[in-house]
Amino acid sequence: MPHNQPLFLARRSYRRRRMMDAVRLLPVFGAALLMLPLLWQPAETPEPDTAHGVVYLFAIWLLLIVAALSLSRGLAPALLAPEEPVRPGTGEDDGAEGEAG
Amino acid sequence: MPFNILVAVSLLYVVVLFGVAFVAEQRARGGLAGWLRSPLVYTLSLSIYCTAWTFYGAVGYAARSGLEFLTIYLGPTLVFVGWWWVLRKLVRIGRAQRVTSIADLISSRYGKSNFLGVVVTLMAVLAATPYIALQLQSVTLSFAVFASDTPEGWALPDQGATALWLAAGLTLFTILFGTRNLDANERHHGIVMAIAVEAVVKLVALLAVGIFVVWGVAGGVSDILARIDASPIADWNLKPGRWAGLTFVSAAAILTLPRMFQVMVVENADERHVATASWAFPLYLMLMSLFVVPIAVVGLDIMPAGSNPDLFVLTIPLSAGAGKLALLAFLGGFSSATSMVIVAAIALATMVSNHIVTPLWLALRVGSARAPGDVRGIVLMSRRLSIGAVLALGYTYYHLSGGSAALAAIGLISFVGAAQVLPAMLGGIYWRGATHVGAAIGLITGFAIWLYCLFLPSFGSGGLISAGVMAEGPFGIGWLRPQALFGITGLDPLLHALFWSMLLNTSTFLIGSLASFPGPMERLQGVAFVNIFDQSSGPGGWTRSAAEAEDLLSMSQRILGAEEAQRFFQAQAAAQGKLGFLPDPTPDFVARLERQLAGSVGAATAHAMIAQLSGGATVSVQDLIAVAGEAQQIKEYSAQLEAKSDELARTARALREANDKLTELSVQKDAFLSQISHELRTPMTSIRAFSEILMEADLPDEMRTKYAGIIHDETRRLTRLLDDLLDLSVLENRRVQLNIGVANLHDLLSKAVTAASNTRPDRAFVVQRDAASEHMPVFTDTDRLLQVFINIVSNARKYCDAERAVLRVEVKKRGRNVEIDFIDNGSGIPKKSQALIFEKFARLTDTSHAGGAGLGLAICREIMANLGGSIDYLPGQGGAAFRVRLPLKRAS
Repeated sequence: MPHNQPLFLARRSYRRRRMMDAVRLLPVFGAALLMLPLLWQPAETPEPDTAHGVVYLFAIWLLLIVAALSLSRGLAPALLAPEEPVRPGTGEDDGAEGEAG
Repeated sequence: MPFNILVAVSLLYVVVLFGVAFVAEQRARGGLAGWLRSPLVYTLSLSIYCTAWTFYGAVGYAARSGLEFLTIYLGPTLVFVGWWWVLRKLVRIGRAQRVTSIADLISSRYGKSNFLGVVVTLMAVLAATPYIALQLQSVTLSFAVFASDTPEGWALPDQGATALWLAAGLTLFTILFGTRNLDANERHHGIVMAIAVEAVVKLVALLAVGIFVVWGVAGGVSDILARIDASPIADWNLKPGRWAGLTFVSAAAILTLPRMFQVMVVENADERHVATASWAFPLYLMLMSLFVVPIAVVGLDIMPAGSNPDLFVLTIPLSAGAGKLALLAFLGGFSSATSMVIVAAIALATMVSNHIVTPLWLALRVGSARAPGDVRGIVLMSRRLSIGAVLALGYTYYHLSGGSAALAAIGLISFVGAAQVLPAMLGGIYWRGATHVGAAIGLITGFAIWLYCLFLPSFGSGGLISAGVMAEGPFGIGWLRPQALFGITGLDPLLHALFWSMLLNTSTFLIGSLASFPGPMERLQGVAFVNIFDQSSGPGGWTRSAAEAEDLLSMSQRILGAEEAQRFFQAQAAAQGKLGFLPDPTPDFVARLERQLAGSVGAATAHAMIAQLSGGATVSVQDLIAVAGEAQQIKEYSAQLEAKSDELARTARALREANDKLTELSVQKDAFLSQISHELRTPMTSIRAFSEILMEADLPDEMRTKYAGIIHDETRRLTRLLDDLLDLSVLENRRVQLNIGVANLHDLLSKAVTAASNTRPDRAFVVQRDAASEHMPVFTDTDRLLQVFINIVSNARKYCDAERAVLRVEVKKRGRNVEIDFIDNGSGIPKKSQALIFEKFARLTDTSHAGGAGLGLAICREIMANLGGSIDYLPGQGGAAFRVRLPLKRAS
């Protein structure tokens, strides 16, 4: 970790950092959800339920796409812009009194 | 649908594609790239992942193995939604290092090793050949579907001929639009645009067929869901191993397939496009997969038993009489196949020409980088020939295999082959310890296992591997059976090959890396790749370039083209603040030039060519040490400067102090003049006054005697003053004659105390002495030393202001010197006056009870200097304190 990074980030940069965390976690959650079929034995169920399986997989798929869409909107500018440290006196801080911003 | 209309429509479609590519090239050339570089086009160009294998094969796959086909699209979805991990870094590295292909990435990372480039290139060509054959086969099959409907009057077209024409047409298209620019980083706008159009066509076609099947043939969504549960697909048996394994292999393949790397990294125009593709590409994949199961279910339901499920996309609309829809589906399949073949051919041809043909050509003509010749032409020609060769290989494979195997199997075999690059690639971008040796061993191991366990057996028993070897192992060695390595049987052949190849590939890569030692270039590149986000520019590899700018220009012109090279050189010269075309060949410039050339011919070749011009001066440990040495020198130099400026500051301080002292001395000198006038005038005044009185006649005798005595005393005082001044002058000029003798220090001190006792004899004055320490012989001018002692003791008697005045005399032997301290218990001398007391006529208090003219200590100082010792004021002793230092033996 470089030493010249600011300790406290402006609110926008702080949000971006958390979005980076989220986008890193997304494939992990996605993989866990998409591996459900490992526990599933469609040929042995009393009633055929492959249709449910199809619906489940496509629903997860759509969920991942929507999540990736919302995260990529926030992160695309972060690819170029540097992170800004918190500026004293502007009322922006690293979210100590309100995470819901 | 008459067959000739189909042919006409196909040709028309191809002409439209040519037109699109041509217009895009023109616009890009005219600087109107604009929306050609939009994230949408980028995402659509990624759709070459969906080949004819997806377009036709997915339905067949679903008909045979249920939902398992989804794994092929779920793996890439996970990679793309997790773009922040790998894709972002790959794209950044690709742009920063001007990577031209996946082989170039591996070669560049591991010290610009061309050997690794060759290994990866050979693997890629071998793995892609069946895949290209598969595309030719799918188009040929789809033609045949239409042809089977033709009336007897039409001759059934020869399938081999169709494939041959197709291969030839694709070669022409690819050469025309794929080899216009040599610099891979300049991007093939025409081709990217054409495949974006094809991406739209295939998506629309598949969606149209899907919608037709769900709402035209079946009765809507609920009916389809019911049909799914009623169909044979509902009885599919999910194999957990295959589900996880295929998801993994497809995730790996999207990163390592040469054609995917081409569109994803090499053709990337803007890193932010990756952010858009992170959701848009999974969406595309999902839409492509959406109707696969319904089409498969309906096809199994309504088509006659035994019909090929791989062609349901075409045959369902045809059997339902929707000819135009079938034509659209045909164009979709055609698009899927052609776009994949075009990009794969470009990617493979770049690799073959950069890593095999050009290095060979350079090696065959030693020293050729200096020799005249059109390198650019050679590289372009080799690339064109490579495109032809790649397609010819695909055609040959198709021709030999007879195009019988199921589509899905070929695709997966190709995926597992491509995935062998994954350990070297991920290790290379995340682990600085990954080495060239480890990568080479891992790649070759994984590749060999893939070849032996999966690729060769895919030709069927009795093909390239005999049935005997398959059953018994080579030479009867049972544990080497291709599909049961180490005697472990019962595994799915694909999973078997995937497990062993990836396991042994990764472990040999790790062990080889841990056990070997990387070269300097490799370490530089390792840092540049792994820490790509921490630095803006790569390491400068050329420290002591012997290359002349002119040689470099003439070489670059032959690779980049004259105009391009001159523009680059001019810009670089301008950046250095020079006019003209020849910048200084600084290491920075040479490194930049190398990256520029690497964009055309690959990192290894570019490095080799510059090395030729630089007299083979590749970077070595010595160079690195030299760089470190230079940095050290600069650091030392700046430290020296700092020390010098400190010294200057000290000198300035000393000068200021000297100046202060001078000013004070000048004040003193004025005071001295007035003092000496005063000192001289006081006795003179009384002498004159009394001598006038003596001149009066009637003066009684006793009066006369008294006044004459006063005159005599005053004259003596004057004489003493003048004697002192004379004495001081002699001492100061070091012209004094010293009478060196020997005396006991104790005796000298006693004499001094006695002699001084007539100064203010009324005062009670205690002198504390330690007789034992005082007994020592001193070789010096004893009279002069006594004079100093007397002066100090009488000063103490005069000025000590304590109630009960005490003078302590301490004698210490310090090495070759003896120190005699005289410490009284008065209030001492103020700090600001301490520097002045040894000056002439310095008298601190008023002159009321001072007998002398203020020359005493000045004389003492001069005497001690003459005797080779010193006298100093000793501060902080609780009173006035003087230290007389005297050498025990006078230096000769």
